[in-house]
Amino acid sequence: MSEAVAESKLTRKDFVSDQEVRWCPGCGDYAILAQMQKVLPELGIPRENIVFVSGIGCSSRFPYYMNTYGVHSIHGRAPTIATGIKSANPDLSVWVITGDGDGLSIGGNHLLHSLRRNVDLKILLFNNRIYGLTKGQYSPTSLQGHRTKSTPMGSIDYPLNPISVALSAEATFVARTQDTNTKHLSMVLQRAAEHKGAAFVEIYQNCVVLNPTAWDHTTKADVRDDNIVFLEEGKPLIFGKNLDKGIRMNGTEPEIVSLDGDITEDELVVHQEGRENASYAYMLSRMEYPSMPLPFGVLRSVDKPSYTDMMFDQVEAAVEAKGAGDLNSLFNAGDTWVVD
Amino acid sequence: MAETVASSASADKQEPREEERQSVVIVFSGDSGDGMQLTGDQFTNTSAILGNDVSTFPDIPAEIRAPAGTIPGLSGYQVNFSSTELYTAGDSPQVLVAMNPAALKANLPDLDSGGTIIVNTDTFNRNGLRKAGYESNPLEGEGLSGYDVHQVPLTTLTRNALEDIEGMSNQEKDKCKNAFALGLVFWMFDRPIDFTMKFYETKFASRPEVVESNSRVLKAGYYYGETAETFQTRINVPSRQAVESGVYKRLTGNEAIVLGLVTAAQKANKPLFYGSYPITPASTILEGLAALKNFDVRTFQAEDEIAAMGSVIGAAFAGTLAATASSGPGIALKSEAINLAVVMELPMLVVNVQRGGPSTGLPTKTEQADLLEVLFGRNGESPIPVLAPATPVECFNMTIEACRIAIRYMTPVFLLSDGYVANNSEPWKIPDPALIEPIEANFRTDPEGYQPYMRDEKTLARPWVVPGTPGMEHRIGGLGKQDVTGNVSYAPEDHEHIIRTRAQKIAGIADYIPELEVTGPEEGDLLVLGWGGTYGAIRAAVEQVQGEGLEVARAHLRHLNPLPRNLGNVLGRYKQILVPELNLGQLAFLLQGHFPVRVIKLNKVQGRPFQIREVADKIREVLR
Ligand code: SF4
Repeated sequence: MSEAVAESKLTRKDFVSDQEVRWCPGCGDYAILAQMQKVLPELGIPRENIVFVSGIGCSSRFPYYMNTYGVHSIHGRAPTIATGIKSANPDLSVWVITGDGDGLSIGGNHLLHSLRRNVDLKILLFNNRIYGLTKGQYSPTSLQGHRTKSTPMGSIDYPLNPISVALSAEATFVARTQDTNTKHLSMVLQRAAEHKGAAFVEIYQNCVVLNPTAWDHTTKADVRDDNIVFLEEGKPLIFGKNLDKGIRMNGTEPEIVSLDGDITEDELVVHQEGRENASYAYMLSRMEYPSMPLPFGVLRSVDKPSYTDMMFDQVEAAVEAKGAGDLNSLFNAGDTWVVD
Repeated sequence: MAETVASSASADKQEPREEERQSVVIVFSGDSGDGMQLTGDQFTNTSAILGNDVSTFPDIPAEIRAPAGTIPGLSGYQVNFSSTELYTAGDSPQVLVAMNPAALKANLPDLDSGGTIIVNTDTFNRNGLRKAGYESNPLEGEGLSGYDVHQVPLTTLTRNALEDIEGMSNQEKDKCKNAFALGLVFWMFDRPIDFTMKFYETKFASRPEVVESNSRVLKAGYYYGETAETFQTRINVPSRQAVESGVYKRLTGNEAIVLGLVTAAQKANKPLFYGSYPITPASTILEGLAALKNFDVRTFQAEDEIAAMGSVIGAAFAGTLAATASSGPGIALKSEAINLAVVMELPMLVVNVQRGGPSTGLPTKTEQADLLEVLFGRNGESPIPVLAPATPVECFNMTIEACRIAIRYMTPVFLLSDGYVANNSEPWKIPDPALIEPIEANFRTDPEGYQPYMRDEKTLARPWVVPGTPGMEHRIGGLGKQDVTGNVSYAPEDHEHIIRTRAQKIAGIADYIPELEVTGPEEGDLLVLGWGGTYGAIRAAVEQVQGEGLEVARAHLRHLNPLPRNLGNVLGRYKQILVPELNLGQLAFLLQGHFPVRVIKLNKVQGRPFQIREVADKIREVLR
């Protein structure tokens, strides 16, 4: 099917499956699903070429609701299955839906390795800082002191920062967005889809039932603007309700400065997502609430050959060097002898 | 140099006595850096070319760099060559080539009494003896008096042969001493050195100096046999008669699996995806396939066993012939994902090259103790077909058969090999690829009436529909589901229905696999029933006792799930069933669960294959 045909025909509805959506009312997952179903028709990818793969958890129900190909797999392993799918057919657009427990705890290893290999997967990590499906135990992104059923006296684990993890795994595309900011979410999904190589997106997602206050600092109208800095390519890092604060480097550390006359925009950090060296993006990722605003948007986007591109290059090179495989000559290669 | 020695000494030496034997087992043993595998391979190839049947078994150290000169650092190569058909690499060697004291110490207990020993006396110094744990020199005193010992200063003679080569260090020269040993053994068994000379020329084509030094030392070893007083007998093992004509080459079990996978993919007209994590003794399959990318083979070395299995599921879902291999510990890690494959009903091959367990166990040694693991080591009702090749060469056909079953029935399939089958080599009559039957592997592309878990009436297989096919988008996963629609369902009757349907599908494969064949009397006192890699020892043992006039029948299971249709009937025809296996009785347990039989067990868990005599003795004992 040609892309032009697909593009002209598909609408949001084409991506809605016949399955009844079963998340808790008010769950942030609904908004992400809705945005995804809106963005996909824009991409011009034939529906049959799209595959959603998930692990286990609330977010991992996602593929059932998308009228595309899909695999609802086992806990933490979605990146491995997605890697196999992409290696079998590189023309497919393969999306991994995971969560903070699925992707960073039981499946942490696979997340690291799929990112470092730059497998052309779009990995969306729904971060709600809690285990939802198992009804409320703390997760690898839960803050220290978080009281849950499994941590009645408060969690003593230090949490992981998913963006820092992805960057240290050499991810070529790393972004952060949020369920409630639908415009930003849709922009980031689109950018991830267009990236050639592994794209990692952390989505702050609200678990209204088990951890409803986790993202208050980034959602409540009175505080969020002071806690988020929206990254825009080539633009200085400015934030605040009145856009009166900026980020400046003080030695190797970023600091908040107020733009009230003495300090001009020229002194601020200018966002460049394409820096080869990931140190800058890593620095951004370390800006954490409450001391610094949280960076939203694309922290890093660089071009590197993807795993499957290189895999097929090698197959091609081998065919060129040795000719397309011939069983007869393979069987007869090496030391043979004849019995008459 | 060597040739001068030869001509001056040969005047004194009498013509050696010629002796003919039906078969001989030689062990080459030395440090892992001594080139024993190459030496053994060369001797084996020449013997095969001369028309002997051959069977080999390498004994490779578990540690890559165990200290030189010690027993853990030994690398051994056992070759059995014969003028009749061989089934094993031999119970015990008649000839031992010991490159150092450790090699003597480790192999002497297995050597036939009266056997021949060639030792490199240059290594029997204080240091060498100490490393091997000898308190005194075994070459002095009476310890070896029952053997035919040839003391050869191999290192010195090698250096002598290379004396006039300028710029070659003693260390480099010493690397050639395996060629001296090989030349000497070639002389002893009256085989030409030409094939090995040829081999040096091709293998080291870019390094003529290496060709020159090795060839020289090889010749020197050969002439040494001709001239040295110590060698008075030459042994001749005549060619095998009545061998099927054709072109042959040697294959190990793992090499055969590599060829089988590539062939199956071509016959199914699919790319081959192979996802795997390195593990002994399965890694050579990954390495073998990685070299065959021009067959559209996509190899993926995953971050762990689980990822390897996941990638294979993804690749099967998206339409390649997908396979993985591991050993017991890795299969344990893969189990959860294998169960996903069972529920998704996708075709793929999972090879388990068994090694000694439990846990890390004996990585380089063989065992058959994962039978129950592959049958039952997963949560829930999880039926998977299990095939077990009996010999290295059988791995080729059975890999293809396993892939055929996987695709026909849309199911993961286990191929249960073992360390012995994987590393043992034997002659393979090279087939004509055109005569291998194609594997029917069609994707469904017709959306009309399609449901993900609709089933073929005969095989109960669901259709294989791959992403990229318009109008057939579907979602499947590991949750409980309704048959036909594939929709998630926790309804009690839906669950029971799909569980029973899957069980029925796998049981139905019994219609597709061959019945069990029995060799020997059709009914009677005793049936010896084996499975997998113990085939050679059992067959040889049964033939031996049959030769003594005992009435014994023999059968070998290659299909462990489902079992051949006629198995119950076969078992019912004998008063006693003897089941030899390299575990504590797993097939016996299975048989007693399935059939009203009492089974006599012969079990061994030493990391080693059965010896023929162990099985033969047990048969005699049972029939006494
Ligand atoms: S438990 Fe939380 S994350 Fe899960 S569906 Fe309900 S609201 Fe959403």
